[in-house]
Amino acid sequence: MLPSKEEMEHALKNRHGGELQNKFAKATVAICGLGGLGSNIAIALARAGVGHLILIDYDKVDITNLHRQQYKADQPGRYKTEALHDNLKEIAPYITIDIHTLRVTQENCRELLNRADIICEAFDQAQEKSMLVNTVLEEMPEKYLVCASGMAGMDSANRIQTRKITERFYLCGDGVSDVAEGNGLFSSRVMLCAAHEAHMVLRIIAEEYEV
Amino acid sequence: MVKINGKEIEAAGLKVSEYLTDAGYNLQNIAVELNENILPKKEYENTLLKDGDTVEVVNFVGGG
Repeated sequence: MLPSKEEMEHALKNRHGGELQNKFAKATVAICGLGGLGSNIAIALARAGVGHLILIDYDKVDITNLHRQQYKADQPGRYKTEALHDNLKEIAPYITIDIHTLRVTQENCRELLNRADIICEAFDQAQEKSMLVNTVLEEMPEKYLVCASGMAGMDSANRIQTRKITERFYLCGDGVSDVAEGNGLFSSRVMLCAAHEAHMVLRIIAEEYEV
Repeated sequence: MVKINGKEIEAAGLKVSEYLTDAGYNLQNIAVELNENILPKKEYENTLLKDGDTVEVVNFVGGG
């Protein structure tokens, strides 16, 4: 039997302290891209008791995603938004989730992300990362933006870092490890980078803005 | 001198687009902060770097 909403809240307050947990519960975080970064970010935030998530991805789960993304062996063929929604609800049944199964573009960015306090960039392609970052920084300078660049390959875990670029713009990753032939993505290193993004999100919600 | 990604570089007088191209950046994959403010891509062509400017070029690589 599932615990009640009150029991879940009580357990979270027990772990995080009531004041901080109230902040987490009130926060709305948007995650753009639900691959190795986004699916792991979403799970970390849901477990921490973040109240509202906006999940955006146009793609379906593929069997080749299972080595690093938080989907299950029976989920290939399903939209990532819907599959992740279900997985998150198993972990955190009282979270509220908005899903958008579409591509983020310069045109729809503002409408999709307007309700978010904090936006996570979790795309796979460099060009899409750049598009989202430029659009958010130009058109929605009031938002906090947490991004990632450089987590491919088997290089040291310790190279993955969080940097504060400007007042509300944070960048996680090693900055250089591109995906290339012979330099694929590994679950642990992508998860590390996702954890950096998720943790920066929690720190921002906690009003801890330095890195 | 212009401070670019933490290094003092002789780039005063260059257009932002000239510096970025000379330095080998793919303009599709970056975001540029000039003195702590985002520089819109359409401004790269008509923005001149000045002595004392601070520039941060964020270069995105693939993977996620």
